[in-house]
Amino acid sequence: MNEAFFDKKDYKPLDRVDGHLKVTGAAKYSAEYVLPNMTYGVLVGSQIAKGTIKSIDSKAAERAPGVLAVISHLNAIKVPGYQADPSKPAKPAGGPQPLRVFFDNKIYSNDQPIVIVVATSLEKAKHAASLVKVQYDKEVHTTDFDANMQNGVLPEAAKKNPKSGSADYDRGQTTAFETAPVKIEAEYIIPNEMHNPMELQAVTAHWEADDRLTIYDKVQGTKTTQRFFASEWKIPEQNIKVISTFVGGAFGNGLRSWPHETAAILAAKQVKRPVKLMLTREQMFTMVGYRPRTWQKVQMGATKDGKLVAINHNSVGQTSSYEEFTEATLSQTRMMYAAPNVSTRYRILPLNVATPIWMRGPGEATGAFGLESAMDEMAHAIEMDPIEFRLLNYTESDPDRNLPWSTKYLRECYEEGKKRIGWNNRKLKPGSLRDGEWLVGYGMGTGTFGANRGPATVKAELDMEGNLVMHCAITDIGPGTGTAMVQIASNTTGIPTEKITFHLGSSEFPNAGLQGGSSTVNSVGPAVLAACNALKEQLIAMAAKKDASAFGSAKPDDLVFEKDHIVLSEKSSAKVALSDLFKQNNNRKIETTQESKPSENRSKYSMNAFSMHFAMVHVHPFTGQVRVKKIVCCADAGTIVSPKTAESQMIGGATGGIGMALMEDAVMDHRFGRYITKDFGDYHVPSHADVPQIEIYFVNKPDLLADPVGSKGLGEIAIIGVAPAIANAVFNATGKRVRELPITPDKLI
Amino acid sequence: MIQFSYERATTTKAAVSALANNTSAKFIAGGTNLVDLMKRNVMAPTKLVDINAVPLKDIQQKNGKTIIGALALNSQVADDKMILEKHPLLSKALNAGASAQIRNMATVGGNIMQRTRCAYFYDTALPCNKRQPGSGCGALEGANRMHAIFGSSAQCIAVHPSDMCVALVALDATVVVAGPKGERRIPFGEFHRLPGDHPEKDNTLQSNELITAVEIPDNAFSKNTHYFKVRDRASYAFALISVAAALQMDGKVIKEARLAMGGVAHKPWRLLEAEKSLVGKEANEATFKQAAEIAMQGAKAYKNNAFKLKLGPNVIVEALKNAAGLV
Ligand SMILES: Cc1cc2nc3c(=O)[nH]c(=O)nc-3n(C[C@H](O)[C@H](O)[C@H](O)COP(=O)(O)OP(=O)(O)OC[C@H]3O[C@@H](n4cnc5c(N)ncnc54)[C@H](O)[C@@H]3O)c2cc1C
Repeated sequence: MNEAFFDKKDYKPLDRVDGHLKVTGAAKYSAEYVLPNMTYGVLVGSQIAKGTIKSIDSKAAERAPGVLAVISHLNAIKVPGYQADPSKPAKPAGGPQPLRVFFDNKIYSNDQPIVIVVATSLEKAKHAASLVKVQYDKEVHTTDFDANMQNGVLPEAAKKNPKSGSADYDRGQTTAFETAPVKIEAEYIIPNEMHNPMELQAVTAHWEADDRLTIYDKVQGTKTTQRFFASEWKIPEQNIKVISTFVGGAFGNGLRSWPHETAAILAAKQVKRPVKLMLTREQMFTMVGYRPRTWQKVQMGATKDGKLVAINHNSVGQTSSYEEFTEATLSQTRMMYAAPNVSTRYRILPLNVATPIWMRGPGEATGAFGLESAMDEMAHAIEMDPIEFRLLNYTESDPDRNLPWSTKYLRECYEEGKKRIGWNNRKLKPGSLRDGEWLVGYGMGTGTFGANRGPATVKAELDMEGNLVMHCAITDIGPGTGTAMVQIASNTTGIPTEKITFHLGSSEFPNAGLQGGSSTVNSVGPAVLAACNALKEQLIAMAAKKDASAFGSAKPDDLVFEKDHIVLSEKSSAKVALSDLFKQNNNRKIETTQESKPSENRSKYSMNAFSMHFAMVHVHPFTGQVRVKKIVCCADAGTIVSPKTAESQMIGGATGGIGMALMEDAVMDHRFGRYITKDFGDYHVPSHADVPQIEIYFVNKPDLLADPVGSKGLGEIAIIGVAPAIANAVFNATGKRVRELPITPDKLI
Repeated sequence: MIQFSYERATTTKAAVSALANNTSAKFIAGGTNLVDLMKRNVMAPTKLVDINAVPLKDIQQKNGKTIIGALALNSQVADDKMILEKHPLLSKALNAGASAQIRNMATVGGNIMQRTRCAYFYDTALPCNKRQPGSGCGALEGANRMHAIFGSSAQCIAVHPSDMCVALVALDATVVVAGPKGERRIPFGEFHRLPGDHPEKDNTLQSNELITAVEIPDNAFSKNTHYFKVRDRASYAFALISVAAALQMDGKVIKEARLAMGGVAHKPWRLLEAEKSLVGKEANEATFKQAAEIAMQGAKAYKNNAFKLKLGPNVIVEALKNAAGLV
């Protein structure tokens, strides 16, 4: 009897179940489906940021070889689900209005898609697209965030619901900051940061019949996408198939549908052939969402011995003129530290730009840059070690919701991280450490994110050979969902991982929500558990028919697979061959479909995952170059069900944090309302040489209040807090506080 | 991208004549720059003449000169034993450029001819006198963090992006070109131009001329050289400022010096006056600071690149310190 199967914590590192497919190119991504009669779409973007289209000269493009259609608002078929009121794009009756591509002649942002050219090859479509000539009636646009910040508004959602996360928030005395013994006040800015996953946004749209659509699409939710296009095209949901088997990174960019998807679907309907459309790298800056430019001001008051008195945290984030994008920039401030007096004010600033979207660790990562930088500024002001300062203000319950934490092991993170980064080498006084010419500094930043969970359903089938096959509509945007689910199933049943398959990424499969908000293992994992347990119950019932005394009162937890048998843990003699059991079923496989939902615990506890990031940096004093030398990420993410992919997640998040801290910056020329840095040559993300050793530590203690798997999620906390850790390390090295990201050499000389 | 014809040349002569009578024809070597520009519709040659089969890949030593074929790859030159021994500065500069993958494709001729990375040049929706003469300079009052501090004009403030060329101008190289009328030799410092009123012209090569080689005269700098490049990330980024420094030492005293900067002008920027100031002086921080001060005379910043005025002298000092072995 292998006891290990019963130790729920025993999740071993496992290579990705789809790793071989990915590295051999066998994994098919959205733009890799070859359909008969395929055509190719290329989008033409507007060259102004605001105004109207006066005319489109498409003659040359239409005459170009291989061109099937040049589609714009002038000749596009009607999209039945477009909301009709063109005069109120921002606030139609039923909520925000996504950009209606090819609806009318209005331009809301630069490079807005205004024409799609469809041709028999990509090259032909590209060439023809370059021949389209557009005349505009320009209007004065507003894209300059800094110059218009005072025009930030309270989001509609907050006006409607004063309890919403974006509403004004006050705890304790709003004037407490004024009278605090030690005060700091600082403003922080992060620039627009672009999603830019390796795989470009791509869709292949195929109308199989007039009212039946199949799309191969790069999305984070197959079911949400299905619903969106069902309502856009006014056809029944079940008539739409969304296939998203493999996604080459999404980070939030696939959490909603974008105009290019509608453009491809519309074009496919119009040319009556499948249309494949892949955005260019430059279009990834303008036609899909991004992390919005955000200004923050933090006022922090403390006692001289390090007790927080007050935090006032205000922010303004960029949004488009037609949709109100909001994110939880200030949530961490309300619950992270035991400050008796906290006020937050969240505003958004509509500009003539495209709508942002959540980007990994979304608002929380932005807010953490403000909050965790300010914590460092305060620690410096009171001459206290930043960890000690945080420990002094540690919260044992959620001060925002006034609820106990389901679990919180952040202390363990501080302790372990300190050791691993070599925190003892850190000097309180900035600029005290050197390595040759280079200044050396240490910094840290804390992160937290809700241990989110939603309903999910998994179908599981077991055959007489003991092969377990599961299906779920969830996507895998890169974290290794298939691998994690296989590990949960193997851990629950004892079936070896090689005999388990987890099919995902299709709207044809049982329901799941979005892969986003670090919620997949917490949501789908429990459904896998439930399905495995339901199968076990069926097996127990079958076994009881053979051996009632041993199996009659057995519970799923007692049962485990051993080679081609099932056995009972307590009574190892009770053992039935699968082949015997399945005879009862005429050797047909058994199956079950199980839904798992969040429990009422969610209203009794606050559930959060926590992370702590440490950075050691070198700064060249004469040239301002920063080299991150080491990063240590410690996470309290509950049970780690897939240690290997979890570690990769953390490394990826930390790498994203390096980009956020030191490089990423989508620069716009506001005279034209157009981005200036819009390819990988100009828009920098970390190169290999920028990524040091990244060490990962997981507390790995289950949170069974959050969900039966005990997982709290870690995609977001992997990046939340990294940027301030690096910025704080730069300050510790140089004594220079850079409050506007990215920290490029020019800001340090 | 527009439709174009493609032809492969196998001799210098054939390459040159393939371009005759067609001003919109272009040579293509590694294609790492030209293809990008064609994809963005910034350059639209109607004919491409592929020169990769022309036998111009060799690196040789002859008559006191190192002769590098125009089709030698950036990686090949950087790793070449003789280059490493005789002109390590060139190797260092090459390795500071682009990425290993690009250096494996990029040629010496293509590197010299690569065009500016100015964002206004790259976006056909924005004004740029270099791309479209008369349309204005977008960068002049726009996003000009990466732009020139020396030798710019009201028409253009773009910089030449090459690292290799900074080393070559410091090493007094000569560009050898073949044209319809035969061979022409151009001192490296005169190859690239300042923008003046014709920013559309990057250099003095005629549209029907082919670069066949670069020659570097023997020198006594191999022991004390350094290429210091400051960029926005550790690798794979163009220079904010780079400095090529080469010293010939006599004990602690500098006998001869070469100094050039990248990322500061429309051409690789040789610092002749600063070089002179170094000769005969002891190699120390004070000497280097003085040279840096001289080097920066006449520098002029725009809205976003004032930091270059401060960074420039620091990089010069760092490059010299490293070359002299003081770091
Ligand atoms: C992302 C990126 C980053 C880069 N970073 C750097 C960097 O940090 N530092 C740096 O120095 N460079 C950098 N480069 C530029 C790179 O060095 C050049 O693209 C390369 O050197 C061009 O060489 P090629 O052979 O590919 O030229 P091609 O693209 O083939 O040609 C470029 C031009 O040169 C002309 N040409 C080519 N050969 C000849 C010849 N023999 N005679 C006459 N004309 C000729 C062509 O007609 C064309 O106009 C980078 C490039 C990219 C894409």
